[in-house]
Amino acid sequence: MPEPGPSWDVVADIQLLLQFHFMQNAFLAGTLVALLAGTAGYFVVLRGQSFAAHMLSQVGFPGAAAGVLVHVSPVLGLIVFCVGAAVGIAAIGREVDAGQRLESAAIGSILAFSLGLGFLFVRLYGGSAQGIYAFLFGTILGITDRDVQLTFAVALVTIASLAAIGRPLMFASVDPDVAQARGVPVRMLSLAFLLILALSVAITVQIVGTLLIFALLVAPAASALQLTARQGRGIALSVALSLAFTWLGLALAYFTNVPVGFFITTLAFVFYLAVRLVKTRRTVVAPA
Amino acid sequence: MGALQLDHAAARLGGRLIWTEVDLEVQEGEFVAILGPNGAGKSTLLKALLGVVPLAEGSVRVFGRPVRRGSDEIGYLPQRRRFDPDLRIRAVDLVRLGLDGERWGMSLPSPAKTNRVAEMVELVGAAAYQDRPIGELSGGEQQRILIAQALVSGARMLALDEPLESLDLNNQQAISELIRSICQTRGVTVLLVAHDINPILPFVDRVVYVAGGHLLSGKPQEVIRTETLTALYGTPVEVLHTSDGRIVVVGQYEPVTHHPDDH
Repeated sequence: MPEPGPSWDVVADIQLLLQFHFMQNAFLAGTLVALLAGTAGYFVVLRGQSFAAHMLSQVGFPGAAAGVLVHVSPVLGLIVFCVGAAVGIAAIGREVDAGQRLESAAIGSILAFSLGLGFLFVRLYGGSAQGIYAFLFGTILGITDRDVQLTFAVALVTIASLAAIGRPLMFASVDPDVAQARGVPVRMLSLAFLLILALSVAITVQIVGTLLIFALLVAPAASALQLTARQGRGIALSVALSLAFTWLGLALAYFTNVPVGFFITTLAFVFYLAVRLVKTRRTVVAPA
Repeated sequence: MGALQLDHAAARLGGRLIWTEVDLEVQEGEFVAILGPNGAGKSTLLKALLGVVPLAEGSVRVFGRPVRRGSDEIGYLPQRRRFDPDLRIRAVDLVRLGLDGERWGMSLPSPAKTNRVAEMVELVGAAAYQDRPIGELSGGEQQRILIAQALVSGARMLALDEPLESLDLNNQQAISELIRSICQTRGVTVLLVAHDINPILPFVDRVVYVAGGHLLSGKPQEVIRTETLTALYGTPVEVLHTSDGRIVVVGQYEPVTHHPDDH
């Protein structure tokens, strides 16, 4: 019997996709990460912290390398570096206007320094760069059952935390002065959000890779926010898009042997581009 | 009952004494304009009664009780220019945040709350654009939404920090009229910080002038006079009346007339 390929029979295709255990795990972990990133990403984009998310998804690289170097778990190094960076940005502060500029300058500096450290640790380690490569681009097709369980726990904690602080976080994000006068702990929430983001990124990044986390944290939410200004719908759409890009990306990768990361990032980017183009045309033709 | 009472109050910001020996009483339902040069402590006065800036000396009471941050009785509109044009949140959702945005946990559907928000949106005349993203609204439309947000939790006092700033003359007029009508029909006490007295002159009951570390209150024609302001500032200033009825204060650190390129 020849190697089975995709057909127009969707049920048969899904059976094909899920016939191996590693693909089942990839779908499970991918789904959980998409749920997590779609939800957290809505707040990332709303708060204008895409650059912070970018930094958090990369700043763990020297942490992981340091972990390997001193023979502790790379996850521990990841967590230390991500949390340290989150506290670093929050300490810079987010005052109106100037704070945004201060924040992005601080992020740029921290990110460059962390990449420099990463190179140093890799050189000191002197071993194969294979592990580092896996870290950056993900090993979503080599996920163990334990990884799936860990991802499940992280997704659960992250989404539950966001549900708990979501409303005041929204208030603090869109109208910090009024929120503060109404008794919302604005700076504490800013730090709390970055810490939630840092911890969830640190743990999931070594499972699905930097590239995927960052792609799913920004592009689906950015598209969703362009399509609706309703909060509930925005979060739901952001999650739905994350799931669609992840599932489709995994399926395409399985049938074509092209890396998953390429498909998921491309789908997310093309969709975002299309949304922006349609929106721009609409504004030019009929200004609101 | 007094809506606001300050006794021998003093405020300090970053170690600098902003104003001292302030005694002020505002009655319920009064519309009071707070005037004075930049940096004199007008915004600090509002923040003191919101409980955001603690007093260095003396006491402040709102509706007979000591102030506390997050009180439902005061609606606050901070000084700002505009919302970010890219902020994609519906105007009506912003009003809703004024009702329960400080609470933890998820927001569940509540017809009572939805009705309350709708009532306020209607009151400020913003129903037509309540579903549009706040960033896409004009300055006047944004101010109406923010006034609805300030009122929605049942506020009996509005603390408005330069709500007319960066609005054109028509909108300054329309927003002033709206505030006056809320004040009269709902008995809401209004404290409005202004850079320029002229757009609100026909509407206010009283002005409070903050300058030179002190505060002076009274009817506009009593306070905004060359002699009284010169005494308050401690340096010569002159109050001029233009032929079209506008009041211009000259000789202070910077003129009180409107500067479009301010900040």
